[in-house]
Amino acid sequence: MSGAFRIPGAGRFKQAKTARFSFDGQSYTGIEGDTLASALLANGVHLVGRSFKYHRPRGILSAGAEEPNALVEIKRDAARKTPNVRATVQELYEGLDAQSQNRWPSLSFDLGAVSDVASPLLSAGFYYKTFMWPKAAWKSLYEPKIRAAAGLGVSPDKPDPDHYSSRYAHCDVLVLGGGAAGIAAALAAAETGVRVILADEQAEFGGSLRFESGAKIDGQDGFAWAQAAVAKLAAMDNVRVLPRTTAFGYYAQNFIGLVERVSDHLKAPGHDLARERLWQVRAKRVVLASGAIERHMVFADNDRPGIMLAGAARTYLNHYGVAVGRNVGVYTANDSAYAAAIDLKKAGVNVAAIVDLRDNPTGPVIDEARALGIEVNFGRAVIRAGGKLRVSSMTVQPKNGGGERTIAVDAILMSAGWTPSVHLFSQSRGKVAFNDETKRFVPGTYAQDCVSVGACNGTDGLSATVDEAYAAGAKAAKDAGAKAAKGNKPKVDASESWSRGMLGAAPGAGPDTTVKAFVDFQNDVTAKDIRQAVHEGMRSIEHVKRFTTNGMATDQGKTSNMHGLAIAAETLGKAIPEVGLTTFRAPYTPVTFGAIVSHARGPLFDPTRRTAIHPWAEAQGAVFEDVGQWKRAWYFPKAGEDMHAAVDRECVAVRKTAGLFDASTLGKIEVVGPDAAKFMELLYTNPWEKLEPGRCRYGIMLREDGFIYDDGVVGRLAPDRFHVTTTTGGAPRVMNHMEDYLQTEFPHLNVWLTSITEQWAVIAVQGPKSRDIIAPLVEGIDMSDEALPHMSVREGKICGVPTRLFRMSFTGERGFEVNVPADYGQAVWEALWAEGQKHGAAAYGTEAMHVLRAEKGYIIVGQDTDGTVTPNDAGLDWAVGKKKADFVGIRGMARPDLVAKGRKQLVGLKTKDPKVVLEEGAQIVEDPKQAIPMKMIGHVTSSYWSENCGRSIALALVAGGRERMGETLYVPMPDGVIEVEVTGMVFFDETGGRLNG
Amino acid sequence: MLLIRCPYCEEERPELEFRNAGEAHIARSANMAGESDDDFEKFFFIRSNPKGIIYERWRHMHGCARFFNAVRDTVTDKFVMTYKAGEPKPSKLPGAGK
Repeated sequence: MSGAFRIPGAGRFKQAKTARFSFDGQSYTGIEGDTLASALLANGVHLVGRSFKYHRPRGILSAGAEEPNALVEIKRDAARKTPNVRATVQELYEGLDAQSQNRWPSLSFDLGAVSDVASPLLSAGFYYKTFMWPKAAWKSLYEPKIRAAAGLGVSPDKPDPDHYSSRYAHCDVLVLGGGAAGIAAALAAAETGVRVILADEQAEFGGSLRFESGAKIDGQDGFAWAQAAVAKLAAMDNVRVLPRTTAFGYYAQNFIGLVERVSDHLKAPGHDLARERLWQVRAKRVVLASGAIERHMVFADNDRPGIMLAGAARTYLNHYGVAVGRNVGVYTANDSAYAAAIDLKKAGVNVAAIVDLRDNPTGPVIDEARALGIEVNFGRAVIRAGGKLRVSSMTVQPKNGGGERTIAVDAILMSAGWTPSVHLFSQSRGKVAFNDETKRFVPGTYAQDCVSVGACNGTDGLSATVDEAYAAGAKAAKDAGAKAAKGNKPKVDASESWSRGMLGAAPGAGPDTTVKAFVDFQNDVTAKDIRQAVHEGMRSIEHVKRFTTNGMATDQGKTSNMHGLAIAAETLGKAIPEVGLTTFRAPYTPVTFGAIVSHARGPLFDPTRRTAIHPWAEAQGAVFEDVGQWKRAWYFPKAGEDMHAAVDRECVAVRKTAGLFDASTLGKIEVVGPDAAKFMELLYTNPWEKLEPGRCRYGIMLREDGFIYDDGVVGRLAPDRFHVTTTTGGAPRVMNHMEDYLQTEFPHLNVWLTSITEQWAVIAVQGPKSRDIIAPLVEGIDMSDEALPHMSVREGKICGVPTRLFRMSFTGERGFEVNVPADYGQAVWEALWAEGQKHGAAAYGTEAMHVLRAEKGYIIVGQDTDGTVTPNDAGLDWAVGKKKADFVGIRGMARPDLVAKGRKQLVGLKTKDPKVVLEEGAQIVEDPKQAIPMKMIGHVTSSYWSENCGRSIALALVAGGRERMGETLYVPMPDGVIEVEVTGMVFFDETGGRLNG
Repeated sequence: MLLIRCPYCEEERPELEFRNAGEAHIARSANMAGESDDDFEKFFFIRSNPKGIIYERWRHMHGCARFFNAVRDTVTDKFVMTYKAGEPKPSKLPGAGK
């Protein structure tokens, strides 16, 4: 037996296998096809959670995605714990393990429920008022306590072991919602041959046909028709049918985000299946068939477990074969709850009474209820529910006051009417319109190529819905370019129809009362809270929403928004459309981060770039650092060496003999064309026209505002060809900057720009022995100082492969940068390394490179400059062409503030104690004894231990720095003040003789 | 995700391929060095930031890599039209009143 409340002969899973599951450690049996909610109800379990704020016992309200209460944690293993899963959506599988949330020590005895008693302290906007004093206590005491006490589930604490996939899809007609309307629209569109996607959030298609026992289409039971129609659609080549797929976001130009739950319903999915799949669909036309959501009645203690939506109770009976009670009461303001009462009665459940707020409604369902012997009361209200962990009674009173009568019940089915699901329509930026007669917002003005059909469009009745949807599907296909096709419109033989209902608080929960009549179950917002918000001055519905948090929970107010709006409007004395709806935002239902991130995590989050020489460095045991997307060899420790020892050894080797350095990551751009020199003149501060082919120059690039943007050595290979190098991190933006000017400001220049960063591997060979190492391998280049002086470039061959050989130095030593096609990078490196071994050369990494360049006062853009440094600030005035009429930044550089006295200038710093190495970023002051906050006059930009200098060295930006040579300044640190002397920027070989040494 | 028509590729492509490059039709002076402080301020710092129609530069970064101009409505985010760099500011927009 799969639960005491399973009714033999009812439901659609008669042959189903049983499935065992547990809830809060208790073992139960359900059947395959159940949701966790239907399986719990079959076992008579209504109490499934505690509420967010007051810790009130809560039961299952709905049978779908709108569920605010029945949120549970589903646990597969230690890492697979999913909080806040709606029990009404989670399909049952053998062994499912669910836990209730937000309760301690247990669900039926929750100490946190004291906040229900203390609720006057926790009313609307309480966190703005109650816990404001003393101020410091908010952060240290109140907020942590409130966060711990209130809440939903607990986030998993381990990395998500599941994988997720994502797909893009294009189609002509996308149909969202697979009830009668969606299926009819999809049939009409599919028959024309256009590409159709039909998606529904449920495991099975059919929508409200799941519970509408009276529906008949094409001679069949409505639900059976839906299954047959969807099977037909699924068999068509031009149709994709997606069950368990929720459209969560409607974005610009008919771009829809859907998430498909691929394996959450399976017992043991295995790792081959993704957990979820994100679909990003671009559709020519969209048909919205998202249906309607039933509203609850707002009365005192309407949140007791066992009180649920009438349509949900009917779904549990007709689809799952589960009775939600044995003696149910019904409280309604429209016809649809009668159908639920009738179905339950026919299934043998006692219906204690129907309480109808309306005065004298008439209609076939009312007659039928009476004929079945159900007591029907008009013009009466349920003013209170009894019971705590489960509803035990309903107290009925004439709606205009009078004698009370309490009726014993074990469930209350309620219906205040149906709210069209305009979420996706509204997300598409369509404007809703209020229909005063039916008191509902329906799609008004469309903003995108979509159409709403059926209940979400305010269309009542199955027959009208199918007609409308079929016509809309055919038109959508035609608009998307289809030729007319002859199809068979489904014929509705019998249908149910209901509309109307009521909005806002029911009698007994009016403005004169202080009862807890819940509007928003998930955020514990009562009718009284909303009135209070208005009384406290909230006028806009957006303010009321934020002050009360109505509609701000994970269910986004699917059941509560309209009630909240009506109560606010009534309190404000305004009509509903004057107050207006709050904005519907994506996602429609919560979406996992996993689905959004998909495979883009871990090593696949961002590309990793490795140089051609990377494998060699790895084999040598190099330690790597990340520079942008690049992996760069940081240092090459020998056995027993720490980083400092390795860097010291590398730095000394370069100056003593030679070092090899992988400089392949440097950005490289080839500037080619008859106007190449003119273009370079405009993009760099330096003069280029007179630079002879075969020579190099250090170039500075500014932005239009006059600040340094990038730098690098540029070689002129030919009158019309420049080989430009950029910083490693700056390569893409420099290329963009150049392209921008070439395409838009200087399009008259005949120039081509090509990124060649990846094409050339670059091996820097630096040090007194560098020429001796390279020369034996080079063909066709005269390596003498006369033929190849410092700052020159030649093309020739090395190891038999083409090279662009630069004589240049970022160390201050005689140096070369050997460019070879990247495919030969490692081979040439190995050949140079073999030569280098004869001379005792070392491989050095980026850390030694930084130290060596700092010893020479060579700046690194982005480290010693920060986007507010001019060439003058950096001591680079010599690199600015004085006679040039124009270059990017020429005017910005001359702005008054950029030429004012006292600007921060780049200088050297020597600590008075040579052993002390300053911290990069440390602030500099003139007087260490001044009161805090001190006046900071600059900061350290680069700082290293220099083994070659036998002391620490640093570069710093200091206000008026160049006028402070020899001055003593101070660097206050947490453990004491460090004395420093302002010096020039060159710490080693000030005359520069070693460039030719 | 928006679809943006590249006037060079003559195709609508997803916005991921594009990058915004600021307001369009701000001419760089032919005599940059001689600009007054006020004129430089206007050129470099002042932008129209309108509610409604804006003329922008975009780059088909991960496509043909060309810069082009676009007319966009900052209220609806809709692209009204795109046109090639160097072409004049359109005097009449499609869909605008007669």
